[in-house]
Parts: sequence; structure tokens; C-alpha cells
Amino acid sequence: MTNENLIHYIHGIADNSMILGQRISELCGHGPNLETDIALTNIALDLIGQTRSYYQYVAELSPKDITEDDVAFLRKEREYKNVLLVEQPNTDFAYVIVRQYFFDVFHYLLLKELEKSKNVNFQAIAKKSLKEVSYHKRFSGDWLKRLGDGTEESKQKTQQAVNDLWVFTDELFHMTKDDQVVADAGFGVDNSTLKSEYYTMVKSLLEECKLLIPEVEYFQKGGKKGIHSEHMGYILSDMQFMQRTYPDMKW
Amino acid sequence: MSHTEKKIFNADQTRSLEQMFDAKIARDEKIEPKDWMPEKYRKTHIRQISQHAHSEIVGMLPEANWISRAPSLRRKVALLAKVQDEAGHGLYLYSACETLGISREELYEQLHSGKAKYSSIFNYPTLTWADMGAIGWLVDGAAIINQVPLCSTSFGPYARAMVRVCKEESFHQRQGYEIMMTLCNGTQEQKDMAQDALNRWWWPALMMLGPTDEQSTHTEQSMIWKLKRKTNDELRQQFIDQTVPQADIIGLNIPDSDLKYNNETGHYDFGEIDWEEFWQVVKGHGMCNKERISARKNAWDNGEWVRDAALAYAEKQAESQDAKQAV
Amino acid sequence: MKKNWPLWEVFVRSKNGLEHRHFGSLHAPDADMALKNARDVYTRRNEGVSIWVVESKNIKASNPDDNGEMFEPATDKAYRHPTFYDLPDDIEHM
Repeated sequence: MTNENLIHYIHGIADNSMILGQRISELCGHGPNLETDIALTNIALDLIGQTRSYYQYVAELSPKDITEDDVAFLRKEREYKNVLLVEQPNTDFAYVIVRQYFFDVFHYLLLKELEKSKNVNFQAIAKKSLKEVSYHKRFSGDWLKRLGDGTEESKQKTQQAVNDLWVFTDELFHMTKDDQVVADAGFGVDNSTLKSEYYTMVKSLLEECKLLIPEVEYFQKGGKKGIHSEHMGYILSDMQFMQRTYPDMKW
Repeated sequence: MSHTEKKIFNADQTRSLEQMFDAKIARDEKIEPKDWMPEKYRKTHIRQISQHAHSEIVGMLPEANWISRAPSLRRKVALLAKVQDEAGHGLYLYSACETLGISREELYEQLHSGKAKYSSIFNYPTLTWADMGAIGWLVDGAAIINQVPLCSTSFGPYARAMVRVCKEESFHQRQGYEIMMTLCNGTQEQKDMAQDALNRWWWPALMMLGPTDEQSTHTEQSMIWKLKRKTNDELRQQFIDQTVPQADIIGLNIPDSDLKYNNETGHYDFGEIDWEEFWQVVKGHGMCNKERISARKNAWDNGEWVRDAALAYAEKQAESQDAKQAV
Repeated sequence: MKKNWPLWEVFVRSKNGLEHRHFGSLHAPDADMALKNARDVYTRRNEGVSIWVVESKNIKASNPDDNGEMFEPATDKAYRHPTFYDLPDDIEHM
């Protein structure tokens, strides 16, 4: 296992937190009420905080003299390895919650395994993040129940979001070559082993929410290999605006 | 007693109640929500506290405009946390206002319909990253000067909310000043960006402390009720005196050619404020008035089905709980 | 009239050993959400280790108009306080 393998593996985990954190922070000031606005921002803060720990570790591993911000802001679109799910837009609150729940369950299962990594950095980050993510999962799950089993309108909107986002769930369990190398070394997690528990948990909550489990013939994929949806370019043009407009400055 | 006599008697009684009330405040005793209070006290407080709350949540918008573009992860989390605090402060203040018998929804309605006012400074656009620095440094700086005396205002719930707000806000101004300082230690382009932001925000920040004493209508009554401790002009002077040296330290120029330290008074003399601009923005002609209100209104309107869903769910749960207990 | 989320009062224990103290209020659709919202609104800076929420309408409050009969009778019962009792000067702590 080389440092490069390890760096790519970390991108695969950290970029999810980065891009989802970025997405949720777009909502700050625009939530359905103050209480919910504040709660969502807490999730964004947790995710970006986790991102920083991972990127700082990447900067340490890198042969170049770089910082967390170089990792966050100076890569090209193809170098971001987040899954397609997290870059999907904030279409409405149902999308926000369903996207969050679909990701949170995966994130929770991943961290539970990562906590057992042979790598002490991973252990430490996972241990801290797991507490945060357990809360995220509770929050999004509780909201999913309220939206799914609330009013007719909320049910319909939530079902729509479930249908539209379901196709992005399978990618969570894909393994790149780097992932495999790092997992084999006992540092990383073999995501494919999380799949059955994931779908058991998600399906049981959808049933409890009286939502239908979509049947799809084809799942979307690509983000983990750096092939993103059209949304990604816009996310990055916002996120990297300062670095692109004013290169090489400190802020 | 005749009808007229009765009226006079009631009026006398109210007057003496009011005198007792004012005396209680003068003794530094607090007024709590269920205590007797003159109707005017209630109305004034609803107006001022809700205006304050509206300013917090409208004030989230110009800064939220830069969260997705914040130039480092450290800056991003700090800005997010700051804007989130503003939501929290809005919430504390709406809660304080609600103790006076008006609901948050009614207060929103007043904001969305344009009936209620909020601090005009938030109708100015945030054009560069340096504006995040300028807002934290100047706008929060001016806000703190307004807010600290309110921690000991007469209405208990307002005073308690302000204690919490002031405690939490202590990092906001530092956050802004640090952004400015970093820019001033950077490239020429960054220094120019900082100076440009100061040029644009300086005067609106001075206006934030309110119309001149001659023009201010509520001051005297507000002093008695401890909604105000110092006049607008005194607060403005205090703000200028404390801010000018801060600008000097980081090498920025206050955009006022008349600004000069007066050895006799020990204060800075300063130039004429463009009150015409102030009143135009108050009237709704600022660059972003419409945008700010429509952003608030959209968030509320688009959230309606969400809030309804949660209530419907809660009712269903309560019913099934009752049904279980009945068995 | 349109129904809105009810108001809840939030009580937070800052650390073990201290009592729950009234921190403020918020709106929430139910108790479970009220607890979560209270966590996010009132303990962002590590202010608490335990939270209580109670729907505001369930609080029965005394009426300030009754303060005379409620509280004033307790003001002249000085014998409930230690300073009421005389002690010889030699005794420093009791």
C-alpha cells in the first residue's frame, strides 16, 4: 500500500463530507423555520469539521507541501471522488432529508467499521465522527417519518424524492482499486460488506414511514471515479471561486 | 359616580399604576411578562424586540451569500457558525417577544408584509469576501454597542435574551476583524479589497446607530424604560472613537475627510452623514430590500408543507398513543 | 385558524451536580423534536449534559396579582434565618 493509495482512499470518504457539507450550508438562512435551520447548519458544521480532519491527514501524507485548503479548493472536478448522491441539489426539504438519510445510514455503517482500522488516524477520526453521524441519522430518520407519514402532500413529495434518489444508493458500496488495496491492508473498509445491512435498515425505515421502496433496473454511478453529474461543476465554481479569481493568496 | 367621574377615576388609577410601574423600573426592578404593564410599554416592547429579531434573521442573508464561497475551511466553519448564531439570536428574541402575547407567526407576517422594520444595513449587498470582514468588524461592532446596555433593560425576558446574545456574539466581531487584518497583511489586491469594503460599509454602519437625537422620536420614553441608556449620537460617537484606532492598526483609512481627533473634547469629529440615503433605504429603496424580504418569505412559504407534515404526524402519534391507553 | 408548532420551555442542566435551569423556549411539533431542537439551539457551545422540555401550555404559573398573599407573608418570618439567633462572640462558626 502506497501513500498515494491511502490519499485516494481518504478523498473517497472525505469528499462526501465536503460536498454534502457544502450542499447543506447553501440552506443556511432558508430553512422551513428557525429551529430546523439551526439543526441543519449543525450537520453542515459537523461534516465540514470531519472533512478538515481528513484533509489535514492528506496534507501530512502528501509529498508536496500542502494544506487542508489546497486539498479542498485546488483540485479539478475529476479529482473529487464523492458519490453522486451527495452532490444532488436541494430541490426541496424532502430531497434534503432523503438525501441525508440515505447518506447517513451508509456513513454510520462505514464509520463503525473504520473505527476498527489499523490506522490510528482513521480510528480517531471515526470515533469522533461516529457520535456526530449517529445524531445525523436520528435527525434525518425522524424527519423522514414525519414527512412520509405526515400529510398527503408531504408523503407525495417524499416518495418522489425517494424515487429520484434511490438510483444513487448503490454507488455507496462500489470499491475502487485504491479502496481495495487500503481495505486489504486493514486500514480501510470494504464497503461492499456494508450493503446488505444498509438496505435492511433503509428499507425497514421506509416501510415504517409508509413509503414505497422503488424498484429500479439501473443504478447511477461515476462519482467515485471522478465522473460527476452536471451539478458538480457549479458546486465547485462556487466553492473554488476565491481560489480561481485570486490565485495563491492567504485568507 | 357618574360616567364621567368613573372615567376620571379609572384614568387616575391607571396614572398611579403607571407611576408605580415607572418607579419600579427606576429602582432597577425587572418587569416580567405577567406583571401589569402600561399598554404602551407592551406595544413598544413588541415593536422593538421584534425589530431586533427581524434584524437578526434578515441579517443572516447577506452573510449567507458568502458561505458557499468562503475561501478556506476555517473561514467557512466560522462564518457558518456565525450565521447560525444569528438564527439562534432571532429565535431567543422572538421567544422574548412571544411572552408579550404575540405569536412568532404574527411577527413573521408583519415582516413579510413590510409592516415591520429591521435594520436597514442588511439591505446593502455583500459584493466581495472583504464584506464578511467589514460586516463582522463594523456591523457587529455597532450592534454590540447597541446591545450591551440592553442586558440590563427593564423587561426581564428581553434582558435575559440579550445576555445570551451578547455572550455568544463576542466572537463575531473578532471574526470580522481577523478577516480584515488578514487581507491587510496580504497582497495589494487584498488590501484594496479591504479598503473598498470599509468605504462601502462605514457610513451605513454609522447610520445603524439610528437617526440623530434631534430626529429621534422615542428616546425619552425609552430612557425611562431602559430600552436605551445613551442617545443615538452618544452611541455613534462611542463607536467612532473605538473603531478609528482599530482601522489605524491594520492600515485602513476611514472614508471621511472631515474625521479628526479633537483634543478638547477627547473625541473624533466626523463628517456629515447622508441621512437622505438612510431614509430612502428605510423606505424600501435599498439595493436589496425586495430580495431580502422575498428570501425570508420564500423560506417560510416553502416550509409550510414541512411544518404541516410534522404537526400532522404529531397528532397521529398522539391519537395512537391515546388509543393504546384506552385498550 | 392555521395551526402552528406549539411553544416549549427548555431546561438545561449545565453539568452534573447542578439543577436544570430555564434556558429559554422554542417551537416544535412534538416532544421528541422539541428535545432535538433544544439540543441544537441551546447547547451548541457545550452548555449542557441534560435537557428537559415541557410544552408551555402545561405550566401553571402563579399570578403576580396574588403576589401579596402568596409571598409577602414569608417576608417577616426572620426566625427562619440563622441571623435571627444570638450567639456568644467566641463562637466563630455555627
